Amino acid sequence: MSDPAYLSLEQLTLAYGDTVAVDRLDLSIAQGELIALLGPSGCGKTTTMRAIAGLLSPSSGRIRLDGRDITRVGANKRAVGLVFQSYALFPHLTVFENVAFGLRLKGLRGQDLESRVRSGLESVGLSSFSGRKPAELSGGQQQRVALARSMVMEPKVLLLDEPLSNLDARLRLEMRTELQRVQKETGVTMIFVTHDQGEALALADRIVVMLNGGVEQIGTPEEIYNRPGSRFVADFVGFENIFRLDDGKLITEAGPIAIEGTPPDGATGLAWRPAMVELDRGPFEGSVRGVSFAGGTREYLLDTPLGPIKAEADASLPVHDLGARLRFALPVERAAPLVRFG
Amino acid sequence: MTSSLTRSVVLALLLLFLVGPFIVIIAASFSGGDTLAFPPQGFSLQWVVKVFMVQSFRSSFALSMFLAVFATFAALVLGIPASYALARYRIPFGETVRTVVSSPIIVPGIIVGLALLRYLVVPFRIDVILALFLAHTALVLPYAVRVVSASLDNLRSDIEEAAVLLGSSRLGAFFRVVMPNIRGGILAAFILGFVTSFNQVPVSLFLSGPGVQTLPIDMLGYMERTYDPSVAALSSLLAFMSIGIVFLAERFIGFSRYV
Repeated sequence: MSDPAYLSLEQLTLAYGDTVAVDRLDLSIAQGELIALLGPSGCGKTTTMRAIAGLLSPSSGRIRLDGRDITRVGANKRAVGLVFQSYALFPHLTVFENVAFGLRLKGLRGQDLESRVRSGLESVGLSSFSGRKPAELSGGQQQRVALARSMVMEPKVLLLDEPLSNLDARLRLEMRTELQRVQKETGVTMIFVTHDQGEALALADRIVVMLNGGVEQIGTPEEIYNRPGSRFVADFVGFENIFRLDDGKLITEAGPIAIEGTPPDGATGLAWRPAMVELDRGPFEGSVRGVSFAGGTREYLLDTPLGPIKAEADASLPVHDLGARLRFALPVERAAPLVRFG
Repeated sequence: MTSSLTRSVVLALLLLFLVGPFIVIIAASFSGGDTLAFPPQGFSLQWVVKVFMVQSFRSSFALSMFLAVFATFAALVLGIPASYALARYRIPFGETVRTVVSSPIIVPGIIVGLALLRYLVVPFRIDVILALFLAHTALVLPYAVRVVSASLDNLRSDIEEAAVLLGSSRLGAFFRVVMPNIRGGILAAFILGFVTSFNQVPVSLFLSGPGVQTLPIDMLGYMERTYDPSVAALSSLLAFMSIGIVFLAERFIGFSRYV
């Protein structure tokens, strides 16, 4: 049976000396997907991306792209584009020449070259900047030049390293829209690396959460956000109340505590976002150690027999003072069941 | 008030100390008398004219020019790849290599000259010009490596990776995106190397042979024989040449950024 995957990593392992950065990673990506590699620094996401680009050679394992084994193919012959975090524009060349760089190496000249570069620059809205040097552009413009420079090569896969991290909030939204548009219009398979779960959730079709050189969980943004599979993923996407589960009881600082309701089969832990904690009713009681106002809501930090609990209440409700005793419930049916509790 | 006055006086003395000898030499160049003296006796251009008449000055100038250009060129041909390797790769004993390459700056020229004479020129019977060329290359190499390394350190290495991902080979990336961006550093290294080689005395002193002398050595010899102001005139001309080169370099590449 043929592999339906467009890009696949099979048992990919990369080591620097004794340090294993990526450990037997398996990953399949379909053509035209927009994938986020999400994880904290040192999780191996950047190493994985550089291996796909051909800038690092794996110690073992294979990389296949479009039906071809490219594990040993040079980075200059892979048809993989990369938009660097620093953009890596050539400082001595104009915007036009930056975008033309790869096309010239392909042998394009004259009218062909001109029109390809023009349309590349047009697609990122920088036609009028073609004569400028990179240093004369803003960060956002530089990034769009880098994007155009990669896209005019019509890569099979476009990799982006932390594409939004160097931009301010307004540009971030703009670039996010831009990337989605480019992906939609060209159908290019895109993989971007990020440590920001918000970026991954907003942009990706599928998120690959990485930890310690391996895949922790793969899923759609909804799946990752609502049903994190492990304690690490739950913590990473904002579940702040996480407990190990043993024999139907929560394992807390004060020992096992029984809860109402039946946790799903196979769950080794349960996790609640602050908003999932019900306040002013329920079997538990805690005292308010901290309150912070967060716009539409108010966040409470409670000292409880279970340990510290973070809860959230509508900001229109009257505020509870420090030291006040509050009842609360951890509804099992709302909790995310964790399959792994590593 | 007093402190700013003190400062002005110290500054003035310092400037005088730096520029004073130069003024003396220039003044002596245009002397009307026939011995090297300050203050000059009268004014004439005869010594400036004489510089161009002395046959040995012409040939030693040509040799110094030849050495400065080719030794610097050779030092760059060796030094650019060396700097690149030191900057981009983790080389075993990289720091040691850097130190060894820099050693001709630290070791007194007289020792370098003696060592080269004793262990290179005498046992291998190397031609004087070749010996001078090799010695000057070694002397210029530290400057080449140092200045080019500084340029490379300021250049992000990811532009090379970007070039490779756009289809260039590694070597192609070096010539297409590294070289153009360190051009200023290379030119600065060339000028620094040129001036270093051209003004080199101690090493050349050991290696110069009969009839084959670099300009500074020739000038020393000339002064021992003839105490007329033509050496002053020649010194002034050389000083203006150096000033001219550095001025143009500053104007076009911002020389002082690199050294």
